[in-house]
Amino acid sequence: MAIWFSRSRKIAHFLKPKIAPSEFLYKICSNYANSSSFRTLGGENCRNPQVFSDYSTTILAFRRRWWRPESTRAGEQVETPYSDDDYEDENQALDFPGGRVTFTPEMKFISEASDKRIPCYRVLGDDGHPISGSRYEQVDKETAVKMYKSMVILQIMDNIFYEAQRQGRISFYLTSLGEEAINIATAAALTLDDVILPQYREPGILLWRGFTLQEFANQCFGNNADYGKGRQMPIHYGSNKHNFFTISSPIATQLPQAAGVAYSLKMDKKEACVVAFTGDGGTSEGDFHAGLNFAAVLEAPVLFICRNNGWAISTPTSEQFRSDGVVVKGQAYGIRSIRVDGNDALAVYSTIRAAREMVIREQKPILVEALSYRVGHHSTSDDSTKYRPINEIEYWKTARNPLARFQKWVHKNGWWTDDDESELRGSIRKQLLTAIQVAEKTEKPPLAEMFSDVYSHLPSNLHEQEKSLRETIKRHRQDYPTDVPV
Amino acid sequence: MLGVIRQRVTCRGIPTLTLEQGMRVVASRTFSSSAKEITVREALNSALDEEMSADPRVFLMGEEVGEYQGAYKISKGLLEKYGPDRVVDTPITEAGFTGIGVGAAYYGLKPVIEFMTFNFSMQAIDHIINSAAKSNYMSAGQISVPIVFRGPNGAAAGVGAQHSQCYAAWYGSIPGLKVLAPYSSEDARGLLKAAIRDPDPVVFLENELLYGESFPISAETLDSSFSLPIGKAKIEREGKDVTITAFSKMVGYALQIRNLKTNEMVFPRMFYNRIRVRVLRIICINLQSYIFYNCMWNPYRLPGILAKEGISAEVINLRSIRPLDRSTINASVRKTNRLVTVEEGFPQHGVGAEICASVLEDSFEYLDAPVERIAGADVPMPYAANLERMAVPQQRGLATDQVHWPQLPKRYKELKLTKINL
Repeated sequence: MAIWFSRSRKIAHFLKPKIAPSEFLYKICSNYANSSSFRTLGGENCRNPQVFSDYSTTILAFRRRWWRPESTRAGEQVETPYSDDDYEDENQALDFPGGRVTFTPEMKFISEASDKRIPCYRVLGDDGHPISGSRYEQVDKETAVKMYKSMVILQIMDNIFYEAQRQGRISFYLTSLGEEAINIATAAALTLDDVILPQYREPGILLWRGFTLQEFANQCFGNNADYGKGRQMPIHYGSNKHNFFTISSPIATQLPQAAGVAYSLKMDKKEACVVAFTGDGGTSEGDFHAGLNFAAVLEAPVLFICRNNGWAISTPTSEQFRSDGVVVKGQAYGIRSIRVDGNDALAVYSTIRAAREMVIREQKPILVEALSYRVGHHSTSDDSTKYRPINEIEYWKTARNPLARFQKWVHKNGWWTDDDESELRGSIRKQLLTAIQVAEKTEKPPLAEMFSDVYSHLPSNLHEQEKSLRETIKRHRQDYPTDVPV
Repeated sequence: MLGVIRQRVTCRGIPTLTLEQGMRVVASRTFSSSAKEITVREALNSALDEEMSADPRVFLMGEEVGEYQGAYKISKGLLEKYGPDRVVDTPITEAGFTGIGVGAAYYGLKPVIEFMTFNFSMQAIDHIINSAAKSNYMSAGQISVPIVFRGPNGAAAGVGAQHSQCYAAWYGSIPGLKVLAPYSSEDARGLLKAAIRDPDPVVFLENELLYGESFPISAETLDSSFSLPIGKAKIEREGKDVTITAFSKMVGYALQIRNLKTNEMVFPRMFYNRIRVRVLRIICINLQSYIFYNCMWNPYRLPGILAKEGISAEVINLRSIRPLDRSTINASVRKTNRLVTVEEGFPQHGVGAEICASVLEDSFEYLDAPVERIAGADVPMPYAANLERMAVPQQRGLATDQVHWPQLPKRYKELKLTKINL
């Protein structure tokens, strides 16, 4: 009996209007009191002088509820305490730090996944024909041919350097196979003034900007001609004159740094933006959150490009995040975002052109997710057949090859022939092999370069260390490598 | 305040000075002193202000630096003067704003990144070390990083383990960084100006308890072009019997040991593995009485216990942890033949260990006694006030504890007699 009563009391309590009339009166009075002292609900300085409207809406709500005939009110209590119409009409909203929000009596959770995934922007079909109804930026012959040639050069360069590592001639290499379209099309859509903060799978941008095959080889061999003076592992390219920041191994550190560079660039008032790359794995780093959040808050002109190639070494995206890829994360930070087919060079080109313009015009960050597949292994230290099926790799290498698709389009336009293809491939291969031979034979950086650049000026302790090292080498010349000039 | 003073005078058993005498000293310090004095806080604020006005690329970024005028009021008035573009309040993300600062420095600005305490810098330490410190080297000079990371370091009072660690040794071991630790207002002004002007990344370790301390300052120091050289230690007091090296707050303690007049000196022995770490305790001080103590005593005017025993100590204020001024320290040790290093941080791999190794390498034959390291206890900083006192080198004098100090002068005297002549 007692239980029944208590339960019925609970139900009755639930059916009662949310606020009893007497309480309502009190609320209005206190609201009035609040408004007269010009305090918002948060009690802060009055950034949102909406208090009076709040007061008026509560009065209105009070009246409507109070003067409604008994029967209908009772009827409403049983079915739903309030109907949606009331809310749309009266536009009831609440002030909170962060702005006004309308409120709803319905407890509705936002679903963790929408019914449909965000669609992916694509221009070229697999057959090389533009999809009907596709809107894209036209590419002229010169640019298109240069794009295709660069993609071929990138692919061949990756293959040959990979082989060189396997032969023991360089210690490490990392390919961009499968992501040539992202590399080259992005580079083509940007200008030389745009500052690049790469992850490490974007050498195509340097290639487009004029980095020669010899310069790539020099860095991989760490010889005297390397701009990095032999300080870094292979593929950690960097070049001031190409506006390409030296690659740094820790993942995603370049993302908040990009916001900082953009902050500085903004002060220069240039017609340029900062472009920061990351992979799908990099979006798990804390720096991804910090970088995007900050860029949005600071309104920094950064174009964040995420190469979602499905794999972070052996971690597939299903184990990396549970969201619908990376594109949906943009909205969480207040950043406009788009998903594009990363294997479609034209789509990537159009997207980056549009995004770049938005970034510069509105001085706000944009996030681009380029879907692709990492055809190669993560690096030469990895054998991806251990964690993914070989036929899957083969499928993406052949049927979904970005080069093949773009080549079909260029070919159809009459801008590229098979002869051009074989000629290009032959000559590039020869050039690369020569470059490697030359790089291998070039001297390594001299001893002085071990101690320079630690600080802007050589400090006395390093000067002493260098001196004592030289003396030791002189005394024991046979114990030191002969190809390091002293 | 008066009640506190009265309580301190009667309870702590300081024999000589009465309340009236104390108040007279206070009065004399405030009104009749002719040398100008500024607090470390004012010194830092003025240095920041002058550097920001001299170079438009300098900007300050950190939590609470703008509207709140700085978590410790170091950046007071700067937001009003320079606007939100140059004094940037950030969300709570050390990794975020440190990364942004490094990126801005890559592209030519000169950020000053403030950490609320260096304990929080650990959340951003990858950016400081892997990006800021190493970039110039890895890029072969193409990317220079003229950035300053500053904030309070080391123990404050009653803030517990996660707010009290000293990072001098951590950052001091990284090639590519410069690490500075000012003590007085002159140090603070000169070194911060030098740090901001320096093209390399600098870690600037301040001390929360020193912010409110005043130091006399010369007109030359107040000039806007003033700066101190990085990598030079300062000999605060000359001496001939023992060298005491210290940095930051411990310099004040070392000076007071040297100069202090008291009958009670306590050295309870704390054991750290096989190495004994002696904690110097001269006068009982918790935070309140530390302030009181500074009001009451002028360390520059009183003869000290060491002096009373006929021991003249040379106090070296390191100022620069990296590069460490090995030549000054060694020259001093060659003169005095004995060395005591004082620091607040953990003993293992500490600054004292590095100084000890340096002196052994360069001046072994000159040492008459083993180098003595005085450091904080090898425990995370406890919170309870009594435990906290025991975990860092303190100045504390109570007649109740074991007194080892009277033995110390004898030991030094004996060793002096048996000095080995080479």
